[in-house]
Amino acid sequence: MAQKTLQQKLAILADAAKYDASCASSGGEKRNSRDGKGLGSSGGSGICHAYAPDGRCISLLKILMTNFCIYDCVYCVNRVSSHVQRARFTVDEVVQLTVEFYRRNYIEGLFLSSGIIRSPDDTMADMVRIAQTLRERENFRGYIHLKTIPDAAPELIEAAGKWADRLSINVELPTEQALTTLAPEKSAQTIRRAMADVRSRREASQDVSLRGKRPTRFAPAGQSTQMIVGADSATDGQILGTASQLYGSYKLGRVYYSAFSPIPDSSRLLPLIRPPLMREHRLYQADWMMRFYGFSHDEIAPKSGMLDLAIDPKLAWALANRQHFPVDVNTAPKEMLLRVPGFGPRSVQRMLTARKHRTLRYEDLVPLGCVLRSARPFISLPGWSPRGMVDDVNLRARFAPPPEQLSLF
Amino acid sequence: MQQIQLPKIGTVAAWRSHVRRLAAAGTPADHVLWQVGTEGTDLFTEAAPAPAQPPSARPSAPLTLSRDALVAIETALCHSDPQRFARAYALVLRLWQGEIRWGDRSDPALRRLLEQEKAVRRDIHKMHAFVRFREVSPPGAARRAFAAWFEPDHPIVEAATPFFAKRFGDMDWVIATPTLTARFEDGALTFQETADRAPPPDDTTEALWCTYFSSIFNPARLMVSAMTSEMPRKYWKNLPEAALIPDLIRTAPTRAKAMQDAMPTIASDHVARLRPQRPALAADIGLADLKPALDACRRCPIGACATQGVAGEGPRGAALMIVGEQPGDSEDLAGRPLVGPAGQVFDRCARSAGLDRSLCYITNAVKHFKFTPRGKKRLHQRPNQGEVSACKWWLDLERREVAPKLLVALGATAAGALTGSDGHLLARRGTVETTAEGQPVLITLHPSYILRLPDPVARARAEDFLVQDLRRARELIAHPPDAQEHPTAR
Repeated sequence: MAQKTLQQKLAILADAAKYDASCASSGGEKRNSRDGKGLGSSGGSGICHAYAPDGRCISLLKILMTNFCIYDCVYCVNRVSSHVQRARFTVDEVVQLTVEFYRRNYIEGLFLSSGIIRSPDDTMADMVRIAQTLRERENFRGYIHLKTIPDAAPELIEAAGKWADRLSINVELPTEQALTTLAPEKSAQTIRRAMADVRSRREASQDVSLRGKRPTRFAPAGQSTQMIVGADSATDGQILGTASQLYGSYKLGRVYYSAFSPIPDSSRLLPLIRPPLMREHRLYQADWMMRFYGFSHDEIAPKSGMLDLAIDPKLAWALANRQHFPVDVNTAPKEMLLRVPGFGPRSVQRMLTARKHRTLRYEDLVPLGCVLRSARPFISLPGWSPRGMVDDVNLRARFAPPPEQLSLF
Repeated sequence: MQQIQLPKIGTVAAWRSHVRRLAAAGTPADHVLWQVGTEGTDLFTEAAPAPAQPPSARPSAPLTLSRDALVAIETALCHSDPQRFARAYALVLRLWQGEIRWGDRSDPALRRLLEQEKAVRRDIHKMHAFVRFREVSPPGAARRAFAAWFEPDHPIVEAATPFFAKRFGDMDWVIATPTLTARFEDGALTFQETADRAPPPDDTTEALWCTYFSSIFNPARLMVSAMTSEMPRKYWKNLPEAALIPDLIRTAPTRAKAMQDAMPTIASDHVARLRPQRPALAADIGLADLKPALDACRRCPIGACATQGVAGEGPRGAALMIVGEQPGDSEDLAGRPLVGPAGQVFDRCARSAGLDRSLCYITNAVKHFKFTPRGKKRLHQRPNQGEVSACKWWLDLERREVAPKLLVALGATAAGALTGSDGHLLARRGTVETTAEGQPVLITLHPSYILRLPDPVARARAEDFLVQDLRRARELIAHPPDAQEHPTAR
């Protein structure tokens, strides 16, 4: 078999990596290379250097070290039983690609994942070597995100955390049962234990000793995970429940939701569907509600377990809980203002500051950044009263897109 | 009317020193005409009628602005709006005179400034994102050299390029724009007016980048508007990868359809050989293989949420077996019983009581952590009767295998699980009850109960109770009571 060129390998291994949604390059340690002795900077907000026509940002060089894999997860393009073309990067190839792309300002850093070859430990050791070479030989100070392999040895996880900014382990599916069926080699328990381990190590690395000595760094930008949406029968309620458990248990920076999308060479066990992109979008909105708006997971999903696809989940919550509205913008506590559709954390903060100085009027809301189309029925303040609007049975129809005649052909 | 000419390089800094001087002299905003380099003057200000005598009334306080205000104003001054200097000066005067409060968005002038600041910040961010360097290293040079051509919307070169100096410290680079050129050589950042408008020469790495761009794109999730909202078309002409976009969009639907239409394939024979096998659980569980069996336990629903099952810890044949309620947050992460805050209280009390923890078998009545997530925390939830009885199977197994002389129940859950009775704990503490099989159980407080007491006096007393009880336990195993004293030895 002819040796593949770097370009061919890149095409195969980038293609294999595109189902991972994670792209963040923000947070973590502040570093720069103003001293002229290294390359790169990180910390602060991340930068999306390009956008692909799928609307996803390209911030990191997202590749697999290899797409050979001994696992047989049916949703995955790289599973052992798939007939896709296989390739493997050497350590040097990944390092060179990262550095050369970085120097041209194409990327913020590297997101390295891998299929499992030989054993979890061998694979993890190779990935750690790449991160270490970047840091030590190339003096690379950009962002590194390593996908950790749950079964890898603790020393390797320790080393991965030392060189990388962020570690992630994918829970893959929202329920244990689905994982057992669709990813028979993976164990939810092992994945959770690996996340617990990352959290414990991170917390240990943040403790400063009595003498002010800092322990070795460990994944300063935290950990994240990804769940595939639409490959199993889990409801949105279950998905959000799992996400909320993961946020609480392992201090995750992010949970990514990835709509199950057609892959080349699919498995018989999992028929291909059009990716449920709107569902994915609503889940992200619900996730934001949990993280920034003070909602708990069981409030968001309706009894049916599925989020309304036509309107956003915050509006849906307000429509289902009208007893709390209208809210008096001048007296309501922060928690309640955050629950008003059309008000975001930033506009609420501005309202609270402005309220210290004067009474807010209706005309003030647009300059503060509120979306009045959504907020109007749910608020009252000088200059505006919703009167009967909040109890109007047709209120939902004001927001939902108009019904459409289905195609007859 | 004063006319002030600001330099093309160092514009903002020059504006700032002029403002200081003008404000000190009490010059009103409409008496100044601002101009950058030789570009057209600020027509609107020129048209305004000038009062004969500048009013001299000005606040006695020195001219100071909050840091937030200063940063925002200086950023907004990088906007392309020709009136920005006059507007900003007027705003500074009003802020100084206390006419408006910084951050008050109901003021139209301030709101406009903040909007312009936002536009500039976005433009700077996009410059950081979309500059594309091409290598121009001369052969044999010690530092590699790169060059880029970029067209921002606003005059932001001076504000945006220090970022590149921090990022690309070990290489020389030049970023040319239609107005200014930023040059970074041997660690020094300088600005000139752009003379050379030729694009940098081709770079072979761009082919690799384009390969990456087209391979990372998923044709099944085509969302063009999401792309163009963040990467507007105006930037495309200087992005090497943008040339691929029309083709990727055009072929996406057919590529996605082809994937869906393709029949699933049959796996080759070697697949079964490659797939690793997980070890099966032992059928007959003992203390040694308790942990994996507990991990897999789903007798009740809480097992599926916790990180792991927490098995007991300590020597087989230990004289004393300590039973807590359930693992907490720390125990769930570490996989060991009584190691969190409550465990520390227990350790302290055990030391005071002269009890060696390593000689005891320490376990919990329930083996998985039950909790409700609250933001970034997990709130401990007391296990219910069903969960306690589901877990009793494991506790009984541990009791059989360890065969302790005495059990110590920490708290009501453990007491209930061991004795089957759930009477008021404070009334029972310090007494010895028995299990259904007749093993003696000393009832005492749970250390986390002590932690939860708000009153320090009550806390000290409760801790004292625990010490007393542990001391009693030590005495009981050293000198087992006579048959008459023992209520169940009959």
